Amino acid sequence: MLLQRTIPLWIAIAAGFLMLASSFLRPTQGLGEDFANAFSVIAAIAFVLGAGSLLKANLAKVSRRDAGWGFAVVTLAAFLITLTVGLFKVGVHPSPEFPTAPFSGSQQAADTPFGWLYEYVMVPLTSTMFALLAFFVASAAFRAFRAKNAAAVLLLVTAFIMLLGRTFAGVVLTGWLPDWASGLRLENLSVFVMQVFNTAGNRAIIIGIALGVAATSLRILLGVDRSWMGGGGRG
Amino acid sequence: MSGMGGQGAADGPLQRAAAWLVRLERLDRRWVFLTMGLAVLVPILWIGLTGRTFPETPTPAAQAVFDQIERLPEGSRVLFSFDYDPASAGELQPMATSLLRHCAARKLKVVCMALWPLGSNMAERTIAQVIRQDFPDRREGVDFANLGFQAGNEGVMKVTLTDLRKAFPRDARGQSTQDLPILQGVRSVRDFPLLIVVGAGYPGCKEWVQYVVTACGGSLKMVGGCTGVSAPQLYPYFPAQLSGLLGAIKGAAEYESLVNSAMGGETPPKYLEAQRRMAPQLFGHLLMVGLIVLGNLIYAAGRIRRAAA
Amino acid sequence: MPRPRGCRWWTAVALGALLGAARSAMAASDAVDAEPVFMQERLPLLTWIVCIAGATAFFVWRSRRGKPPTIRRIAALEAVDEAIGRATEMGRPVLFIPGIQDMDNIQTVAGITMLGRVARTVAEYDAVVEVPTSRSLVMEAAREAVQASCLAAGRPDAYQPDRINYISDEQFAYTAWVGGAMTREKPAACFYMGCFFAESLIFAETGNAIGAIQIAGTAESSQLPFFVAACDYTLIGEEFFAASAYLSGEPDLLGTLQAQDAGKLAVMTMVVAGAVTATLALVLAWKDGEPWPVLQDASALLQRAMGFQGASSD
Repeated sequence: MLLQRTIPLWIAIAAGFLMLASSFLRPTQGLGEDFANAFSVIAAIAFVLGAGSLLKANLAKVSRRDAGWGFAVVTLAAFLITLTVGLFKVGVHPSPEFPTAPFSGSQQAADTPFGWLYEYVMVPLTSTMFALLAFFVASAAFRAFRAKNAAAVLLLVTAFIMLLGRTFAGVVLTGWLPDWASGLRLENLSVFVMQVFNTAGNRAIIIGIALGVAATSLRILLGVDRSWMGGGGRG
Repeated sequence: MSGMGGQGAADGPLQRAAAWLVRLERLDRRWVFLTMGLAVLVPILWIGLTGRTFPETPTPAAQAVFDQIERLPEGSRVLFSFDYDPASAGELQPMATSLLRHCAARKLKVVCMALWPLGSNMAERTIAQVIRQDFPDRREGVDFANLGFQAGNEGVMKVTLTDLRKAFPRDARGQSTQDLPILQGVRSVRDFPLLIVVGAGYPGCKEWVQYVVTACGGSLKMVGGCTGVSAPQLYPYFPAQLSGLLGAIKGAAEYESLVNSAMGGETPPKYLEAQRRMAPQLFGHLLMVGLIVLGNLIYAAGRIRRAAA
Repeated sequence: MPRPRGCRWWTAVALGALLGAARSAMAASDAVDAEPVFMQERLPLLTWIVCIAGATAFFVWRSRRGKPPTIRRIAALEAVDEAIGRATEMGRPVLFIPGIQDMDNIQTVAGITMLGRVARTVAEYDAVVEVPTSRSLVMEAAREAVQASCLAAGRPDAYQPDRINYISDEQFAYTAWVGGAMTREKPAACFYMGCFFAESLIFAETGNAIGAIQIAGTAESSQLPFFVAACDYTLIGEEFFAASAYLSGEPDLLGTLQAQDAGKLAVMTMVVAGAVTATLALVLAWKDGEPWPVLQDASALLQRAMGFQGASSD
């Protein structure tokens, strides 16, 4: 109990208050940076555990021939190839400053296998996944944006103003309005919505979230809430 | 038992239309995906063939970004943070390209950095595309530099407030930042008149505003570029903490048109990417409006049928 | 009941000591002509922190004296048991995603807190919870939380560490894995509790396609619209941070929610006061051609109190 709950709690409280002090007291600023660096080091060490878990889970899936085990083979292959190519700097040319040292070059250079993996595997795959959002937002709009009440109607009207105002369609539809009514042009309306309504709403949400963060942090710092250690409540 | 009135109502044109629309409620979403794919693909092909783009009228936020760079005298230093990765390059790369081009054309000294692991690659790609191709007389380390990526998110930002070299002891080439000519006389981010951030999420423009710009108390001006979903949460900071904002590909297109107009002459295609993407955006948005209208018609049709039943 | 003087007096003493120490530090630094220890420009921020901490201490004390606050019903949290029960009946797993950020993000900590509560209910209902994580530290924290929850529920055998896995630090690699797992394994209940970015809509739409009941909670304001549109229940911003206190029902934790509300009330009061002051200064200046100095000073003082240091809005 001491090692599993009490000591971690006191480490969290002490580190938290020291980080807080580092925001206000100049002599402790370096301490705050050191704690942040310590977290990065711990996270890097923890990556070994994560990688081990990844290998174990996927190897088990392959050996048991679970549903979708082919994907596990692809995962393992990609992991091992990228790790090998990057860690051992396969195909990396020596740096011009140190031509006799074989590992002096950067593996991230464009003409290296690692650079090739980045440019022709990583970039297309991540761009593709991000592009899926366009399709999903269309299906979500079709399914979910229904004018069921007054607030929903307001939402839809605003959505139409923004969707049309941020494209050339807004200019075509309302560009003919005279100068004295230019505020009603869709492109100007969309800017007005962003600068007035959106700003007000976002400020309120941001302030609420900031207070929520402050309260949650205080609960953890003061040891009032220990449920982040699991088990629930203060137990 | 429908009776005469019910049978008459069931045969009415409104009822028939409602019955037809309700069938669409179970429309396989793959038809929606296909339609969206065509709405984006066809304009891309059309623009590729014709090379035509829509005219852009800059909004105040985009104009402010342009004005902030224009006001800097020649030789001023600018810190440029590339806080995005290839996933968001579709939206952010055009604005990063135009921003770097504008800075290079104004003969500003640009110090690039990244707080995202792949941001350094994006910086190198942009430098290669803009400075090395179109401004070959600029010297690395003297007129521009890439400090590379540094892990630590806000921690790095806080360190740059006091000691930039401590945050980035070496540049992307591995050379010590102590000897970089471009950083002579620079101790921290406060020594830069302008900070440019192109950010896709966390850490990004918001964190720079919260941890750096606010701490500098107005001496450091910042302009930012962000994705469409991040723009609403950054508008509250404009124009106080954020002197200019490019929101999504629309903001990039507006800024691009400003820079191209200022540069004059024939514009290479690589500096028209944002404006070229406005046509797929137009048809995508029109499709979204159509889908929302169709969805509401289906909903209304369902209510009519339930009321009739 | 008579007002407790002792607590108020001690609070005043503590506040005074803190401010006195800060002022002394500033005076001492002036005397020795060195850089001041205390960063004076952050005094408004420190004042806010002290006020919120004081309010927290007061309301926690008040709750312990038998006056816990009444919390409005939050539909998303009421639906947690229903969602897990549905998964148990259907014989399908529960999916819990604690966000894609690391343990240094408070939203991830709040997500792990929620995981502890969800895992306890899952253990009690004899269901299964899958927790794919995007960070190794989060995987370890999640395992600890779930193990402790299974022990607390009296079901230590229900803990299956292999169901809590690290996938990838890369955002869209993680998203692709989770999307594929959801499509293949079809969890009946999906919980998205933590810090999310672009992948939020991909998760929510995939969950919709497989017919899962979805409960989301995040403080990322840019992702809230996607969750609200696509999920059955959404915890918006501070509701997400209140979840732990809400579900526990403990007076101490509920008292901190009151402190949050007190902070909001203070901010609202200052915003209204600032808006009225600035408007009056503008209107009267327009009317008479000369601004009232007292109004301008009041407006500037409010801005300083809110932490704005000379940043202008023109």
